[in-house]
Amino acid sequence: MKKDSNKISTSDGGMSAEAELLQVSSSPHMKARASTRSIMIDVIIALLPAYIWGICVFGNRALLIGAVSVISCAAFEGITQFILRRPVTISDFSACVTGLLLAMNLPVTVPLWIPVVGAFFAIVVVKQLFGGIGKNIVNPALAARVFLFSWASDMTGFVKAGDRVNSLAVNSGADVTASATPLASLNSGALPSETISDMFVGNISGSIGEVSAILLLAGGIYLLFRKTITWHIPVSFIGTVAVITYLFPKAGDSFDFMLYEIFAGGLMLGAIFMATDYATSPLTSAGRVIYGVGCGVITVSIRYFGGYAEGVSFAVLIMNLLTWYLDNLGMPKRFGETVKKKKES
Amino acid sequence: MKSNVGKQFKDGVIANNPVFVQLLGMCPTLATTTAVVNALGMGAAVIVVLMFSNLFISLLRKIIPKQVRIASYIVIISGFVTAVELIIKAFFPSIDAALGLFIPLIVVNCIILARAEAFASKNRPMPSMIDGIATGAGFTFALVCVAFVRELLGTGKIFASADGTGGLSVFGGGYPGAPIFLLPAGAFLTLGFVIAAVQKIASVIDKRSQNKKTAEASETACGVARDLSYNEDEDT
Repeated sequence: MKKDSNKISTSDGGMSAEAELLQVSSSPHMKARASTRSIMIDVIIALLPAYIWGICVFGNRALLIGAVSVISCAAFEGITQFILRRPVTISDFSACVTGLLLAMNLPVTVPLWIPVVGAFFAIVVVKQLFGGIGKNIVNPALAARVFLFSWASDMTGFVKAGDRVNSLAVNSGADVTASATPLASLNSGALPSETISDMFVGNISGSIGEVSAILLLAGGIYLLFRKTITWHIPVSFIGTVAVITYLFPKAGDSFDFMLYEIFAGGLMLGAIFMATDYATSPLTSAGRVIYGVGCGVITVSIRYFGGYAEGVSFAVLIMNLLTWYLDNLGMPKRFGETVKKKKES
Repeated sequence: MKSNVGKQFKDGVIANNPVFVQLLGMCPTLATTTAVVNALGMGAAVIVVLMFSNLFISLLRKIIPKQVRIASYIVIISGFVTAVELIIKAFFPSIDAALGLFIPLIVVNCIILARAEAFASKNRPMPSMIDGIATGAGFTFALVCVAFVRELLGTGKIFASADGTGGLSVFGGGYPGAPIFLLPAGAFLTLGFVIAAVQKIASVIDKRSQNKKTAEASETACGVARDLSYNEDEDT
């Protein structure tokens, strides 16, 4: 039978169209046009407002750091893939997203070699050595940020918002006045001097891209609208932090304290853009909620009891490593699958 | 005998390197490699202990009952470790301060017990002693490789003495240092990279010598039977 149909389709040209019609392919039959590239471009679009705000309040040097970070990430990606004889995939922009996230996680005063070293660690060690895009076990930009904390004094040279740094070389101490972040004062058990509206808009000191809560939220809403991310991780992450800080405030009015904790530091950036990284977050809704809650609990624990003022990076990295286990939770049952009954003896 | 010694050394240092290939003795490898001098001190201590413990275990291999052999080996090993520890304390106090607990911990170093169990208990004294030196040399080589990278990247200096003074400044005074390489995380990172590099080099060398061998083999085969050599060429 099979032989016959083959014969017909090859011998008779007129039958080939019909033979095509009979072809059956496996699902999916309807495809969206989403590709790695389009998703990455969406993420870049969502990140840009907060980053541009960072350039506005911290000066042109923020732009320079971003450029160095993005270019070195792309370059390291290309070089590593070339050396390892893998297809070079710079054009999917995933390295650019990593570079942008890395730059947004740095204070504006860092020496320019810091983003280069960070890009090397993020792309070569965390991403490519584990097999490239989709195979990294932790978020590259966050891992690089934690790696860079090895140079703690460079990584905490925060300046006041509005103290624009435009020069290429920063002579910290002389050119800029270091300023404690709101998070540092929260950590020491006092409400910051900034108003909550300043925190919300982003008129505070901090890393380049983390200060403006409203613009990061806007980016998050854009990503939700584009269905690039789902609500589970950001909502459960930020929600957990909110609940814990509301119930156990360290200073002042509990509601105020909660708002300060939510808008301070890298929580918005981490919860919306870093914790939702596809490769390192769970696939199922239940897994995502547990992942977000775990991130929130660890973040607050580090902020309350840890040596560092900020715990978002560590929290996300730790939960990244648990993704595999969380993926097994809430996996939908396959059709026809039954729960194995325990043997009754 | 002579070629055997060479083979034993090649085995201990490269082909079956205790750290790079067998991944034994990770604890001292990660903990004592913050500086080349520390690594050398640790390596020397292990060479001496391994040499003597292998020698004596081999000498006593027919007397020690099988049932209590591990305990007996440990007694012999700990005797030599105690001697080495006292010598280091007396003559190299700065290395003793840097290595601290890790010298007495050589007693439970799995490399030494592994060589006792796998080699010394089955072979005659002389080869056992040489095996001890070869394996110890392999361990030292691995420690120095890791320590070289960690000290260089961590402090920008190399061959600083055990108390952190002196040393050859490689990157100049402006190098800020990368403290992470002196921390455990840096130890794991460096070890991974060094193992990868050594494996890569070893595989390249292996491939080359194998190519040489097959080339020679096919040449000789050519002389004997042309059909066979043709097939062989196709295989390669």
